Amino acid sequence: MLLEYFQMIDAVESLDTAKGSIVARADVPKESTVFEGHFPGSPLVPGVLLIETMAQASGFMLLARLNFEKMPFLANVTSAKMRTFVEPDEVLRVEAELEHDGSGFAATKARIFRDGKKICDSKLMFRIMPFPNDTLKNNMLDRYGEISRASAG
Amino acid sequence: MSTTFEAVAEIISDTSDIPLEEITPEKNAFTDLGIDSLDFLDIAFAIDKHFGIKIPLEQWTEELNENKADVDDYFILGKLCDRIDELIAAKTA
Repeated sequence: MLLEYFQMIDAVESLDTAKGSIVARADVPKESTVFEGHFPGSPLVPGVLLIETMAQASGFMLLARLNFEKMPFLANVTSAKMRTFVEPDEVLRVEAELEHDGSGFAATKARIFRDGKKICDSKLMFRIMPFPNDTLKNNMLDRYGEISRASAG
Repeated sequence: MSTTFEAVAEIISDTSDIPLEEITPEKNAFTDLGIDSLDFLDIAFAIDKHFGIKIPLEQWTEELNENKADVDDYFILGKLCDRIDELIAAKTA
């Protein structure tokens, strides 16, 4: 995780585009400027970034299903639970699955596990839209390549 | 067994917090009931799941953007329910 750059997913462990499911890994860094403010003397990953982590796992799964022809944008956090604190230097397992493949939108369910124990879960909805430009599309393709290779290596 | 309109009205009432008695077949979801596009995603999701269909929102939006259709054609609730019935019929045909 590079929290400052909103790069939340470090590796794709498995992906099933037909079924619409993904398992990814997110390594919480030991240090980040985010921890300087959240919170001084008691660093914790902000809950919104855990939601973002679940959204990104969902997003990469949707991007792969869409062959990177369109972009899923987070539109609705229908529900989210953060069941415990997440501290620096932890390894997280992020799972997401397609709940509904709509026309121009998609709904997913996502969860985060630590040491086999579920610590977050959410229901999310995405608008599926054309990429606004090639810069974003190419960035998504590059980033997906990096996290896919990370699991292979 | 509820009619398509009754089911859709309940979905709209639940998702958008609009009193059921205000939801009538001649109302336009956007201009009369004040539902916005994000709220309508929730409604479309619930309708898709309830009826086992896929409302072609992308196609409708494209037709509206290209002035090939009017917003009333799809989002007057009575007409929306007619479209839903057509999708249900096409699914079971």
